[in-house]
Amino acid sequence: MIERSFVNFPSQAGASGMRFKREQATAISALVEPDRVHRDVYLSQELFALEQQHFFGNTWNFVAHASQLPKPGDYVTLDFAGRPLLVVRQADGSIRVLYNRCAHKGSKLTSEACGNAGKFLRCPYHAWTFKLDGAPLAVPLRSGYEGTGLAQCESGRGMTALRHVEVYRGFVFVKLNDAGPGFQEYFGEALQSIDNMVDRSPSGELQVAGGVLRNIIHCNWKMYLENINDTVHPVSTHESAVQAAESVWKGQPADSPKPMAIEQILPFGAGYDFFDRMGGRVYAGGHSLLGVNFSIHSGYALPPDYEAALVAAHGEARTREVLERSPQNAVLFPSLSVKGSPLAIRVIRPLAADRTLVEAWSFRAVGAPELLFERALSYNRLVFSPMSVVAHDDVHLFETIQQGLRSPGNEWVSLHRGFDPAEIGQGTLTTNGTNELLMRNQFRAWAHYMTLDMKELAQ
Amino acid sequence: MSTARLPDRTQLMDFVAAEARLLDAGRLDEWLALFAEDGRYWVPLQGALQADAEQHNSIAYEDRLMLSLRIERLKNPRAFSQQPASRSQHVLQLPQVDHIDHDANVYALHTPFFYAEARGEQQTLLTGAWRHRLRLEQGQLRIVLKRVDLLNAAAAHVAIQLFP
Repeated sequence: MIERSFVNFPSQAGASGMRFKREQATAISALVEPDRVHRDVYLSQELFALEQQHFFGNTWNFVAHASQLPKPGDYVTLDFAGRPLLVVRQADGSIRVLYNRCAHKGSKLTSEACGNAGKFLRCPYHAWTFKLDGAPLAVPLRSGYEGTGLAQCESGRGMTALRHVEVYRGFVFVKLNDAGPGFQEYFGEALQSIDNMVDRSPSGELQVAGGVLRNIIHCNWKMYLENINDTVHPVSTHESAVQAAESVWKGQPADSPKPMAIEQILPFGAGYDFFDRMGGRVYAGGHSLLGVNFSIHSGYALPPDYEAALVAAHGEARTREVLERSPQNAVLFPSLSVKGSPLAIRVIRPLAADRTLVEAWSFRAVGAPELLFERALSYNRLVFSPMSVVAHDDVHLFETIQQGLRSPGNEWVSLHRGFDPAEIGQGTLTTNGTNELLMRNQFRAWAHYMTLDMKELAQ
Repeated sequence: MSTARLPDRTQLMDFVAAEARLLDAGRLDEWLALFAEDGRYWVPLQGALQADAEQHNSIAYEDRLMLSLRIERLKNPRAFSQQPASRSQHVLQLPQVDHIDHDANVYALHTPFFYAEARGEQQTLLTGAWRHRLRLEQGQLRIVLKRVDLLNAAAAHVAIQLFP
């Protein structure tokens, strides 16, 4: 079915290897044209393997939130881009990320999703122990290693710690490879969406709470990420959910207070004009902000006294800035989507070319009314749960796209809406809400980070 | 309330079995009518471990209004995720009557189940236990709380479109 091959011969050293890397980078870049993308970006298992190695190695990705690790020794584990990671709070309060692999035989140090390791990490297999930063502590029967090369090799140096870890206002990000820009340069202005969310707490502190809703969708991760910026689909895709909401709410007096669920679902029925006028913005590197002017979340009433508490903490101007911006979605490319109001994020974890894990996390803003947390729980449950009546139609469509794209006759996916050749190479650009620029910007960044270290290797 | 009309264990158990049968027959309006006005359908995210629906999220936590929304949507010709339609099968263990209190009008049952949801070529299997809290209203048993404790509630799930 997929005729093109991207890894059709094993990696080679020397001049032919360099030529191969160059050719591979050229072939991958050719999949992203200015106004469309080749279907292989969604379908190819070979490209998926290269993404795991290159794309998810060269980009900064969200792995955990500091509030999950309040005490030294607290850890969470996750599988990221095929690598087992262990995020652990150190004795000095900092956060480190280690590969969850014993330096000896490769056992995971822990197979729990979260817990507390105490003062050190101990492998269940042969009782090798490591400090919380991965440094080697002790092995049983040490005399057996005398005169051997253990201390001089990787296995003697302890667990491998990631070199590129950044905790930004509680959000923990990693970059696996040395290639690619530093954290601030990578995200730039896009970090304002995290600021907007965190500053909804008078003390500037968020706490993960209420559990994580987790979904398996049989589609490529990029389809899900694109759809986060797709403002043209709600009118048609979500017609059944919106009509049902309107039908059960019909007959209520106009001034009767809406239950939270109705308040959160009805705005999905906003028309094309609404979504177009909400505005979109792209930042260099694939990041975006949808709902520059307003969004389906703008109508949530402010709880009493909340505004005053924010003004006391952040001042009048900053409070206005925070509260007047309730983006539809802000994408911190490629794996994090942030709302702000509600206090909800989505984390996108690719599992295979045709399988994606999507997690919906809820937050409490410390010092803010409990209503904000209730809204986060309610929204995630209504819209991002495996039982969500809104998501069912999305998921169905993503899964049929994954199948439909195998059709011959057209190997390309159109991203033409609003295309202007002058947009290419620009940094931050603000546009109308239905412009597919937000998706084109993602794919341009995809090609860039996918080939970044291939080009470096080829030089 | 005349004692002659108070439910006995068999009637309580029959109620649960009949409820499952309505679900699997797709008679969802009749199923909804089994709920009390303040009734809730609850699938906690932590399964049997979860204490409440306020401090922790749920896969579903719905009052009659939300359940009616869900059922309305399933009837909509543009519920694309129902093309083809999903069908369900509950296989129940004999319900255990945990609690009978005629004075307080509280009846509680515990019913382990296997649940299959099929759609086209795909079939999803879930298992766990139902926990019913029932009340007698005008001589009819009504659901005050239908709690569905999934064994793997916190796992990542594919779309669950009907009612486990």
